[in-house]
Amino acid sequence: MNSVSTTKKVTVTAVAVSIGLVALSACGSSSDSGDKADSKSVTLVSHDSFNVSKDVLKAFEKSSGYKVNVLKDGDAGAAVNKAILSKDNPQGDVFFGVDNTLLSRALDNGLFQSYEAKGSEKVGSEFRVDGDKHRVTPVDSGDICVNYDKKYFADKKLAPPKSFADLTKPAYKDLLVTENASTSSPGLGFMLGSAAQYGDDGWQGYWKKLKANGVKVVDGWEQAYNEEFSGSAGGKKAKGDRPLVVSYASSPPVEVLYAKPQPKQAPTGVATGTCFRQVEYAGLLSNAKNEKGGKALLDFLIGAEFQKDMPLNMFVNPVREKTELPELFVKHGVKVDDPETMDPKKIADNRDQWVKSWTSLVLK
Amino acid sequence: MDLARTEVSGSPKGSASRKGSPSRKGSASRKGRSRGSAARLGLMAVPVAFFAVFFAYPVAAIVARGLKVGGAWQFGRIAEVVGQSDVRHVLWFTTWQALASTALTLLIALPGAYVFVRFEFRGKQVLRAVVTVPFVLPTVVVGTAFLALLGRGGLLDEMWGVRLDTTVWAILLAHVFFNYAVVVRTVGGLWSQLDPRQEEAARMLGASRWTAWRTVTLPALGPAVAAASLMVFLFTFTSFGVVQILGGPAYSTLEVEIYRQTAQLLDLSTAAVLTIVQFAAVGLILAVHAWTVRRRESALKLVDASAVARRPRGAGQWALLGGVMLTIAVLILLPLGVLIERSLSGPDGYGFTYYRELTSAEGGAFLVPPIEAVWNSLQYALAATAIALVIGGLAAAALTRRAGRLVRGFDALLMLPLGVSAVTVGFGFLITLDKPPLDLRSTWILVPLAQALVGVPFVVRTMLPVLRAVDGRLREAAAVLGASPLRAWREVDLPMVRRALLIAAGFAFAVSLGEFGATVFIARPDNPTLPVAVARLLGRAGELNYGQAMALSTILMVVCAVSLLLLERLRTDRTTGEF
Repeated sequence: MNSVSTTKKVTVTAVAVSIGLVALSACGSSSDSGDKADSKSVTLVSHDSFNVSKDVLKAFEKSSGYKVNVLKDGDAGAAVNKAILSKDNPQGDVFFGVDNTLLSRALDNGLFQSYEAKGSEKVGSEFRVDGDKHRVTPVDSGDICVNYDKKYFADKKLAPPKSFADLTKPAYKDLLVTENASTSSPGLGFMLGSAAQYGDDGWQGYWKKLKANGVKVVDGWEQAYNEEFSGSAGGKKAKGDRPLVVSYASSPPVEVLYAKPQPKQAPTGVATGTCFRQVEYAGLLSNAKNEKGGKALLDFLIGAEFQKDMPLNMFVNPVREKTELPELFVKHGVKVDDPETMDPKKIADNRDQWVKSWTSLVLK
Repeated sequence: MDLARTEVSGSPKGSASRKGSPSRKGSASRKGRSRGSAARLGLMAVPVAFFAVFFAYPVAAIVARGLKVGGAWQFGRIAEVVGQSDVRHVLWFTTWQALASTALTLLIALPGAYVFVRFEFRGKQVLRAVVTVPFVLPTVVVGTAFLALLGRGGLLDEMWGVRLDTTVWAILLAHVFFNYAVVVRTVGGLWSQLDPRQEEAARMLGASRWTAWRTVTLPALGPAVAAASLMVFLFTFTSFGVVQILGGPAYSTLEVEIYRQTAQLLDLSTAAVLTIVQFAAVGLILAVHAWTVRRRESALKLVDASAVARRPRGAGQWALLGGVMLTIAVLILLPLGVLIERSLSGPDGYGFTYYRELTSAEGGAFLVPPIEAVWNSLQYALAATAIALVIGGLAAAALTRRAGRLVRGFDALLMLPLGVSAVTVGFGFLITLDKPPLDLRSTWILVPLAQALVGVPFVVRTMLPVLRAVDGRLREAAAVLGASPLRAWREVDLPMVRRALLIAAGFAFAVSLGEFGATVFIARPDNPTLPVAVARLLGRAGELNYGQAMALSTILMVVCAVSLLLLERLRTDRTTGEF
């Protein structure tokens, strides 16, 4: 039948087109994997928040002779998990952005291989973990803290809270918004901070009080900060009316940097007694295709230039000692002297169970 | 047309008799049939291969990773996970919110479908396009808009002190917002072709308006309503962004839970079980859907759509029109308007500050100026559309002639990507497409491939009814008159399906443009798409980032609206695809 041969022709055309498509993609892949195998380029896998000034990266490329590809792979938790899933055939050579709350998961799954980066001795000793194995290199630290809306507290003539304990006081009823500890890293950090402060047995009692004092929980940092918090630019626009939010100690300088015109004073402040320290690590991926390049990249990440460039790009603190902080950071940021911390091993042992109890305690 | 028909009916076996003596007639037609099924298998080969490689294989691999420990399948995990009270709670919530969303959407959108079908009014085409915009918008954008409307300090709060965020109402309303167009288009498509004279006849015979509608129109519409309900149910059953953003942490659907277990907790075995559960549920929904689609194709007396629409008459009809307009204004235009308003309200009053900022790379959220996301998106969407058209077009051609169980199963298979968690597909891509010859992980083609998975069902659904409507005898008639097969196809088939093809292309394009879930897992950082860029900008503090996110959302919305508006111009009475 004629219709048959017509459809046949259509089939032939379509098959040809599809073969063309596959061939096209194969071309793309071969040139790309060619890139990867090429010892002249090195790939850094990280999360969405990774950022570096162009000229700093260019300088490294020039001095090392490697071209750097950056692969930003979603939020921090998802990026780590993706790296673990693809560790046999990794997407890059170096992974940056596993923090102390997820470190054990990465190490237990054999994500990294040993390498002691050049310049490690310049990194503050309090950041170093993993002893002699050197599977990870600390790169930055930041503090998860409650931020407050300066204007709200000035208008109400109320002193902003300072500590975990303050947050349960009647004066601050219905003012705090935080993130879901099971889906958001600041949410998890704040919960771990309370656990560090009140101990393994006490933190649940603390959250009962917080709940009674009207803490609101939303799913992610974006909503908490940009929608519910009254102090941020987004929150103002969204008419958020919670003057307290769980965010970072470095959020106030961000509010200044990304405002046009820049205000003289940051509109938000930090409750320094509510902080939990997050440290981010980088490591050479097991099965990295360009080990040598990866090692050079790790050296670069704790080198003076990158460390100095980091604060205004990722809004975190350098770990290299004697790194000079940018003026804007010093002026509008807050130095947190005594943040809560927790051993990654302890976090690994308790995280899942604690998140479960937290969920049934706070959300249900 | 009539001429062709008479000629064909005059010699129904025209092509066969042309081939030779009457004695060979029978064997020739048998041969023709077997060649027909061979051709169908040929047509199906490419889509089947596509789905096997880019869907079944990655999904199976990630599920196997979760359920296979040391080479042994752990099927015991299924009972174990499903037995957990949290999981049962999630299942229960997923089901009932989907049922409630579907009911509410039908309640609100059916009058809309009626108004769009039966009434002629100014701006109808534009409005038809506008109500479809939400359907192709990414959920990050919609969630933000709805939060601005229903959340604390939102419009509702300011006017009446009512807040609906973190309640199930916000989820339900957003689902209506998203799926309004599904009902209007699916039900409206059929409704516009029902002959109103049948109902009028019933009334003349003494039936009340209600009885006439209930006994004549409703049964005829039934299958279309059922199909629309099932689509809405499918979309809301697998809802992700809406539930995550508007529901707050207390509400979780299966899809949200799969994401949490995979991306946050790396509990692959629980995620695998949940994926299987969702897969089974979606399979069931699609089976029922396929059944109603078949029923819908039962013969109905259809008329030219343009003949049935007229200007509303009488207070009742005007009130109905007004009511529907008001619903659309409040439910659809208002959230979209909030986005535009926020994108324009800069630090010093209204202006285009945020739009101008989009062209600078200073912000630091990306390595490139955010505006480049627009071009990336357009390029990806074009590639995805091309792939979806080839795959979907072939599939539709294979499905054109009614056939046995195999083909029907194939039909359902094509819809599956709509119901499988994007995170599952994304992670599946990550662990499977990473070795030669399929080392696609770091190539640009990966994004269009993932987007095409979502586009194909739309292409098939749009093309299939039209292809089925092409009278095969026309083609044969052309052949009898001496046209070559190619010419017959060009002269007979192509003019009839061209519009459908364009509409399918448009839909695939718009859907690709808005696709977020899978893209976000595989988009390269130097080539973010629009929705990915919006999400990244929203993920950073600072007024400029927030404003730029709103501006990009608005651009995305406008691009979607324009492509849909162009489609509206292409629509004719012939194109009765489901969307």
